[in-house]
Amino acid sequence: MKHVLTIENLQVSVEGKPILRGVDLEIKHGETHALMGPNGSGKSTLGQAVMGHPKYEVTGGSITLDGEALLEMEPDERARAGVFMAFQRPVAIPGVKMADFLRHSTTNVRNPERKEGEDLIPMKDFRRELKEKMEQLQMDMEFARRYVNDGFSGGEMKRAEILQLAMLQPKFAILDETDSGLDADAVRLASESIADIGREKMGLLIITHHDKLLVHNPPEFTHVMLGGRLVETGGSELAEELHSNGYERIRAAYPEAEAENAAMAGQ
Amino acid sequence: MTQLGFNTEDYQTFLTGRQEPEWVTAQRTSAWQQFSDQAWPTRREEEWMRTDIRLFNLDKFSIPTVAGTDGIDAIVPLLSEGVELGGTVHSHNGVCVTDTMDEDLKQKGVIFGSLDSLVSDHSELLKGILLEKAFDREDRFAALHAACWTGGQFLYVPRGVHVEKPFHVLSSLSDGGVDLGHTIVILEDGASAALLSETARASEDAESLHCGAIELLVGDRANLRYVNLQNWGQRVWHFARQKAVVGRDAQLQWTSAAMGSRVSKVNQHVVLDGEGARSQMNGVLFTENKQHLSYHTQQYHKKANCHSDFLYKTALQDKSHTVWRGMIKVDEGAQQTDGYQRNDNLLLSNNARADSIPGLEIEADDVRCTHGSTSGKVDEEMIYYAQCRGFTRMEAMRLIVTGFFQQIFDRITIDSVRDALGLAIARRVRDYE
Repeated sequence: MKHVLTIENLQVSVEGKPILRGVDLEIKHGETHALMGPNGSGKSTLGQAVMGHPKYEVTGGSITLDGEALLEMEPDERARAGVFMAFQRPVAIPGVKMADFLRHSTTNVRNPERKEGEDLIPMKDFRRELKEKMEQLQMDMEFARRYVNDGFSGGEMKRAEILQLAMLQPKFAILDETDSGLDADAVRLASESIADIGREKMGLLIITHHDKLLVHNPPEFTHVMLGGRLVETGGSELAEELHSNGYERIRAAYPEAEAENAAMAGQ
Repeated sequence: MTQLGFNTEDYQTFLTGRQEPEWVTAQRTSAWQQFSDQAWPTRREEEWMRTDIRLFNLDKFSIPTVAGTDGIDAIVPLLSEGVELGGTVHSHNGVCVTDTMDEDLKQKGVIFGSLDSLVSDHSELLKGILLEKAFDREDRFAALHAACWTGGQFLYVPRGVHVEKPFHVLSSLSDGGVDLGHTIVILEDGASAALLSETARASEDAESLHCGAIELLVGDRANLRYVNLQNWGQRVWHFARQKAVVGRDAQLQWTSAAMGSRVSKVNQHVVLDGEGARSQMNGVLFTENKQHLSYHTQQYHKKANCHSDFLYKTALQDKSHTVWRGMIKVDEGAQQTDGYQRNDNLLLSNNARADSIPGLEIEADDVRCTHGSTSGKVDEEMIYYAQCRGFTRMEAMRLIVTGFFQQIFDRITIDSVRDALGLAIARRVRDYE
């Protein structure tokens, strides 16, 4: 049976203000979905709600992974269940080396039943695998000795997120603007890497403003978010259209959602 | 033998029993006089404003005289694990119980052992130095220490001798015990050594007392690495004066870690006493429950072209309270001074409090002195990020707290010390939602 991530009528508020107003989305393992939409339409909120950010309050609806209720789980349990998000703006954890962070993280995600204090995956195996993945991403090994996201450039942060994606090999991954802040070469590398690591091996939800990430990862489905709703779904041609023409047609076609989006953006 | 109280009659008995060189007896007698004349410090004094010692009662304690082995089996040293040592001294309840040293080092003229026994053997060497060169008999606790010290340790490294293997000092207390240990280290010109010093608890069912002092004399071009882990039980009153005098082109790396005690009041001073002297003071403090740790530090630049670096990091749990008052003092002639001090505090509970008071007192005009301090709670976004990568909330807390201290661990060059401190800290972290 294929893994499936199902979001039904999801409603999410932040500090009492409604952001998502009923989102339905089903992603099957192996599929690539693009999520597009103007700023402030709720795209990142969807990602945070799936991961379980404590500030994002789910006021209605459900999220399930193969029928298991994700909303009942802590963020770490969701990660261990196989859900991953590449952060748009990952936080720095000073004093914690990337390699140590990743070894612990990989151990937990691969052994969901692991209890605190039990052995981590053997250092030798881990190092070999990390080295392999870093070479694949054209990352210098020195990177592993740096503190997590501490003093990283925008591009380095995004590559570090992709490295984590590669190590953790989740069932489903949400990539929240993994292309933003990167120059053309870096976007191409990111795009190729994601195709290599994730395409057809995971269910991908790619949140993006641009089509560059989608060149190597043509989506089977493109969803457009406006005012906290998915107003339109199409194939890869929809992503191309939005990239070329912007959101004018969408805004005009869905005035109610557009009004909500404007209100949210004005907050 | 009956127990000796801190009164004049018992003190005479103690003094008679010591059989020490005349100058030591004279020094003790003068200190006892000061102790008898002085009152305990009160919260009206700037240094003691934030530290409450009203419940401290010296009458509960007695002067350490004979070695008791009570509780000694429970003592486990942390810093010496897997380290090839040049020698070790263990004192329990203020009296030396083990005292060993490498035969090779003895041949080279190195002296290491319990100060109790060495003060008579090396009277000429210590006269005019012990309790004179790096000790300020300022308050009643200092006077008490100078009058009544017992046990202790003495390390002496002759001119130009480099000792690779670290020395180890373990001081332990059982319930109701008293430790008045005095540590004195003398490195002659061009010598080098490392000393790992730690305290430990047998149990914590009753109050205990440590009133101690450390004197570090680092000769010209000498190099001392000194690690001091305060790991007493949480019913120990800890009063300490610690001072180093660093000579020309000499180096001192002084790492302090403090996790124990009920109340700590520590004065830690470094005097840069020769041109080109360098000092690095590192501190790791981790408090919990109702612990109160108060550190008063000074980097005193007496000569030109000296460099002092100070970094203290504190993590606080529960209702614990820490105080740091730091001072960089620069004399008029100490041009080209480079002084740095920084204190970062991580508040792990809403009820913990960290007072952080940096200070500069500069008489010279061509200096570079910088200072800073930060206090803050654990960033929930960090916890969430780590959770999204599969760390439990508790694991994330441990990770973040350990990371907070990493900057200091990165400076520690002795692996066993880094490992022991890292482990001790990780064990202590609890979660607060």
